[in-house]
Amino acid sequence: MHITQEHHADALVLTLAGRIDNSTTEGLKAGLDAYVATCQAGGDRLVLDFSKVEYISSVGLRVLMLAAKQSREQGGTIVVAALQPVVREIFEISRFNLVFECFGTVREALAKVSPAGLAAYDAKRGT
Amino acid sequence: MKFWGTRGSIPVALDSATIRGKLTRAIVAAAGKGLDTQEKARAWVENQLEFSVSHTFGGNSACVQLDAGDKEYVLCDLGSGVRVFGNHVVARDGASKPNVYHVFVSHLHWDHIMGFPFFAPAYVPGNTIRIYGCHKELESALRRQQDAPCFPVPFHRLGASIEFVTLEPGRSYDVAGWSVTAKLQAHSGDSYGYRFVRDGRVVVYTTDSEHRLDDPSAVEAAATFFADADLVIFDAMYSLAEAVSVKEDWGHSSNVVGVELCQLANAKHLVLFHHEPANDDERIAQIWQETLRYEEISRSGESLRISTAYDGLEIEL
Repeated sequence: MHITQEHHADALVLTLAGRIDNSTTEGLKAGLDAYVATCQAGGDRLVLDFSKVEYISSVGLRVLMLAAKQSREQGGTIVVAALQPVVREIFEISRFNLVFECFGTVREALAKVSPAGLAAYDAKRGT
Repeated sequence: MKFWGTRGSIPVALDSATIRGKLTRAIVAAAGKGLDTQEKARAWVENQLEFSVSHTFGGNSACVQLDAGDKEYVLCDLGSGVRVFGNHVVARDGASKPNVYHVFVSHLHWDHIMGFPFFAPAYVPGNTIRIYGCHKELESALRRQQDAPCFPVPFHRLGASIEFVTLEPGRSYDVAGWSVTAKLQAHSGDSYGYRFVRDGRVVVYTTDSEHRLDDPSAVEAAATFFADADLVIFDAMYSLAEAVSVKEDWGHSSNVVGVELCQLANAKHLVLFHHEPANDDERIAQIWQETLRYEEISRSGESLRISTAYDGLEIEL
């Protein structure tokens, strides 16, 4: 599972890439663990950028559920952005759209969870 | 396969408001269709009217019949649906014709045994009812639910010859022409699924079973149990999100996991079963459509047929 990160003030955007299924879920979990551990009150707000994710199975969704649960217990914020149409359908079918606040774009997610992060994001992109 | 009870946890009755709502929608949908005879109306209802309006998913709690055309009857579970089944047999065969019934009980929670005190053939001398299960309390649970003050007729007053057979999970038994194997499932107090094989056909009855996705060996064992099944009757009570969060460890599964396990097992037909009592017909129909779509999205080989069970559904293998 390939995960890249980009900091924008107090927001951390994690871009996931590829197909999340039985063969890649361990990698997803290992990749997320360290970031989720710091997702707490006063810590980074996490935005999971799904724009490069083609598919996610039930096992992958369960890993996301654990991340959401841990973040919330720590007082942190974790949201999802830029779901591809098929992955959005999977979120809706599994009702994970009720677990995560889902945004159309990373920018929209930052606008909600971190005004400072949005400003940094826009500045970086010259908008 | 005949489904006599398909609801999970507790029977659910249609109320008048729901029936009025269905009638209203049907009448509006029928406008301008020229349905001026019973025959035209019946054909339109059967073929054109939205499924969730023309049907109800029920209804009674778990009871499924495997009908291979034999004289002896084979059932899974004794939920409230067995009352309807019993009445059907009595109406068809007459009350005095002795019959043999083989019943495989998944577990002893009330919704899976509650129909037995209302199973008319149990009151008829000459009938034989053989109840199979893996719980050592199988007999005591069925006797106890008829004890005072819960029920007016104690178990020992039932006229039929009633026998209990304790099965060992993982071992195959030959019963009424079927080879039957039980499997332990994750559920409060344990439950057991059954794999039935006959003439190369395979039916898996797997209700009240939670599948822990974080345990690859459990997933593999389930896939082996479902392997190449012609029909998998699957507990799809919750959404995946519920099953892995607030309702984790509640002992039930989801439509999404049902699809994935059947695909992994190369099963041919998945039947969504043990419907959540809080879900109305529209909701269950929506879950069915979503499950069809999820199967398309996740498919990598042969397509998997998907049905959703309702009381009265018949599936021919």
